[in-house]
Amino acid sequence: MKTYYNPEDLKKFGKIGEFQKSMADKFFDYYGEVFKEGALTAREKSLIALAVAHAVQCPYCIDAYTVDTMEKGCDEEQMMEAVHVAAAIRGGASLVHSTQMMNKAKEISM
Amino acid sequence: MKSLKAQNHPLANTEYEIELLESSDFKGRFENKLEASRLFPLKPTQIEILQINMGKMCNQICKHCHVDAGPDRKEIMERDIMSHCLNVIRENKIKTVDLTGGAPEMNPHFRWFVTEIRTIDPDINIIVRCNLTIILANPKYHDLPEFYQQNNVEVVSSLPYFNPVKTDAQRGDGVFEKSIKALRMLNGIGYGMAGTGLVLNLVYNPSGAFLPGSQQGLEAEFKRKLSTQYQIEFNSLFTITNIPISRFLEYLQRSGNYEAYMEKLIESYNPSAAANVMCRSTISVGWDGYLYDCDFNQMLELKVKSPESQHIKDWKQSALHNRNIVVNQHCFGCTAGAGSSCGGTTA
Repeated sequence: MKTYYNPEDLKKFGKIGEFQKSMADKFFDYYGEVFKEGALTAREKSLIALAVAHAVQCPYCIDAYTVDTMEKGCDEEQMMEAVHVAAAIRGGASLVHSTQMMNKAKEISM
Repeated sequence: MKSLKAQNHPLANTEYEIELLESSDFKGRFENKLEASRLFPLKPTQIEILQINMGKMCNQICKHCHVDAGPDRKEIMERDIMSHCLNVIRENKIKTVDLTGGAPEMNPHFRWFVTEIRTIDPDINIIVRCNLTIILANPKYHDLPEFYQQNNVEVVSSLPYFNPVKTDAQRGDGVFEKSIKALRMLNGIGYGMAGTGLVLNLVYNPSGAFLPGSQQGLEAEFKRKLSTQYQIEFNSLFTITNIPISRFLEYLQRSGNYEAYMEKLIESYNPSAAANVMCRSTISVGWDGYLYDCDFNQMLELKVKSPESQHIKDWKQSALHNRNIVVNQHCFGCTAGAGSSCGGTTA
């Protein structure tokens, strides 16, 4: 069955340089640097990545960072809490715009 | 749950296991990877560690166990084989004796054997791979912590996670709670506590088809969680990759993770880890006295390639030192990422 998303394609991510090498090289260097231990631990960064993967709804990233967070010793409860953070921000982002709706509604109401 | 052997499972047959590992169409063969790293044939560096499997009998039935150990396994080492081991330890200046099983403490000659090893040399590092729950399994084992202390034994214990869900999923219902109690008993007489010299190390195995993360990062997390939530202290955490044999191989196949896991191991091959694999400095002794390159080869019944020295009673240091180490596809488990050994990462 043909689908837009094929789990096997995740393995090809490293090969995007085939069409544009210099930018891919720069991106992967940057990517590697970002996920190194720094002011945040690699574990904390992995949980952030898992949450962002859900916010941007990237199935490849969800697969990759589910494995990565588990490898880094996170448990299912911690992983789900990270997804709730993403959901809270996404939900909050919608709801906070309701202030604009409220402003406009009040503006045009008697 | 029964052992694979008691179930008459096909994976209890080592020939079938090896055939499966060799027949799979993966991108890399372990020998070729070693060759590319200029490590083939793999040779010993120096034999420093004698790892002795005292038997397959165990009070637990862990889902990932490479030994297929359990209460229904009756194969245990007899005293005459232990006597041969003592001769080898005495005559070959073995620095570390690593006692494993099953639960080595269930062997009726265990205490005699440990005491005899300590008599040979007060400086030999004696390691006992204690599953923790054995300490609470029967009143006759309750004084094991004191016995370890009296013989200056290093205790290495598996604890796959700092919560009951993951630990019990891998090691059986109630194992986490009992392990915590046993760890408190060990801490109580000084094991794992600063300044005592009594070493308590923990082993982390992933609870599923994924690799262990950074040993340093996991150790920090384990120390923080175990100390704050359970007031437990330990020295070091060893991260160990699950090797695709026996019960873990059965799990991989049953869960549909076998191919992906093997591919991950092969992709993660690290030449530095390959150079430091534990089989280069270890000889593994089976319960019946036969010699192997490691405990995993032992479970696959792949004896050392030194025909004149394949049994502890025929130990010939030079033949063993000059042998080629037997490798196969399961060896990718020890060379993936930061590497894996009974003492944790190797790269």
